[in-house]
Amino acid sequence: MVKQLSVFIQNKSGKIASVTRTLYENGIDIRALSIADTADFGILRMLVSDVEKAREALSKENCIVSVNEVDVVSVPDSPGGLAEVLQKMSDAHIDIEYMYSLIDRGTEDAYMVFRFADDANVLDVLETNGLKTIPGSQLGLN
Amino acid sequence: MKGGNEVEGYYQPEIETATREEMKVIQSERLIRTVKRVYENVPHYRKKMEEMGVTPEDIKSVDDLCKLPFNYKQDLRDTYPYGMFAVPMKDVVRLHASSGTTGKQIVVGYTENDMDLWADCCARAFTAAGCTDEDMVHVSYGYGLFTGGLGADGGARKLGATAIPVSSGNTQRQITILKDFGSTILCCTPSYALHIAETLHDMGYTKDDIKLKAGIFGAEPWTNEMRKQIEDMLGLKAFDIYGLTEIIGPGVGFECSEQTGMHINEDHFIVEVIDPDTGDVLPDGTQGELVFSCITKEAFPILRYRTRDIGVITREKCSCGRTLVKMTKPRGRTDDMLIIRGVNVFPSQIETVLIEKGYTANYQIVVDRENNFDSIEVRVELSPENFRDTVKGLDKQAKELSEGLKVILGINAKVILMEPNSLPRSEGKAVRVVDKRKLLD
Repeated sequence: MVKQLSVFIQNKSGKIASVTRTLYENGIDIRALSIADTADFGILRMLVSDVEKAREALSKENCIVSVNEVDVVSVPDSPGGLAEVLQKMSDAHIDIEYMYSLIDRGTEDAYMVFRFADDANVLDVLETNGLKTIPGSQLGLN
Repeated sequence: MKGGNEVEGYYQPEIETATREEMKVIQSERLIRTVKRVYENVPHYRKKMEEMGVTPEDIKSVDDLCKLPFNYKQDLRDTYPYGMFAVPMKDVVRLHASSGTTGKQIVVGYTENDMDLWADCCARAFTAAGCTDEDMVHVSYGYGLFTGGLGADGGARKLGATAIPVSSGNTQRQITILKDFGSTILCCTPSYALHIAETLHDMGYTKDDIKLKAGIFGAEPWTNEMRKQIEDMLGLKAFDIYGLTEIIGPGVGFECSEQTGMHINEDHFIVEVIDPDTGDVLPDGTQGELVFSCITKEAFPILRYRTRDIGVITREKCSCGRTLVKMTKPRGRTDDMLIIRGVNVFPSQIETVLIEKGYTANYQIVVDRENNFDSIEVRVELSPENFRDTVKGLDKQAKELSEGLKVILGINAKVILMEPNSLPRSEGKAVRVVDKRKLLD
């Protein structure tokens, strides 16, 4: 399990710039990022170097922030790598709420961030199916 | 008085606990005198009474009040500025004016005696809220032409409490004064009280850092749900106070420790509830428009003034011991009421739903009309506790709120979730409704 930071983004210009500036000013590194957007609002999801510090800094700026848990799964960095991983998940009836990619230089595998629809036993099921989850510490996340 | 274990005091017990018969005698005698005086001194009243064929001799007791003509805000505008004053200007020691947010401003005057009875009315309200001469009364109503600031100030001083005339605005400074001066009673609009509470928490303080024990909040309608929120955040007991510039300002009515409605200072202001369409006086316990008559004021003794506030009155003796007629919290104003797709909607109804569902009382209602179809949008601020991380979760949340509103209002309202502090805060009366329909003119 890895801690993820989610930020509520009201639909107005400059909002994402201001969130990322706050993180920069507090010396926080963004390791992965994705945005879910709708007509009225968006959710910015990130893996950052120090999730508690980030939560505190953004809360001070009146941002709505929540910290929740996601899984980082190792994916072979070659054609068909992701398709294979997703097929295994599908066969094991693991449903995905959302996913996005994480850049980590210097490893052979690629990493994907997953939020599964049902967290219970998911780690066991992944392991049984030969899928490798990566702990936050290995990614330099606090 | 402190600690709340002792019997609640009254400021003028002989009036506040008088029997109905005693009150009727007081009211009748004062009404007869006032009617005679305005008939003789103010052409406006004489003309209106003559048009209805009523003379002062027809008013023999308070039961004859219904024979008198109504007065409306328009009458005050037509006679602006001094046409309804009943004494020469040399006897007037103070002028106040309404903010003019709903049209041209109106001016009212007070003699020395009027100032004195006004302070008495406010002192009754303060006493009912547990205030004594040992208290520090922090007044965050605006000081100036608005009656709120100087009215509350006068009441606090009359009681011998320490008035702190902070006036409105500069909320961070308000917090510093609350902390450093040790204010024990706060007077402001309920929406500003909430803003002060939020600012207190934003500045990293809690209710334990301040000494407030009671708040006396008025000048705009507010719900019991909002009351609970303010009480929790500021650690005080919140009391409602009712008043209008046209009648005297704050202190026309006030809440006691029962918090179940406001006692009207009916030895000075007689209240009636009428059907706003027919003008007929309604029986006690029936909802209608509140109408007030001033029976002791000298400079500006308006009679049968149509307030546009909607409420209910009861005359049973209150468990606080007071016998003064009691009115429910005004449900809204006839002119606050929105008509959306033919349905009557009060902002207070929306507020009740929001607070029940865990949102703050900071909200905005935007009404628009497209292709002859009214739309209503309710903008609410999301709090961190309410934030669900998924789009599905947030959509569900907005939908739940929209369904909650539909149950109460009977119409569909679109809910827009906003960031905290993104809606405008007011330091006086809150502006809740933005009506983009151009129905007037």
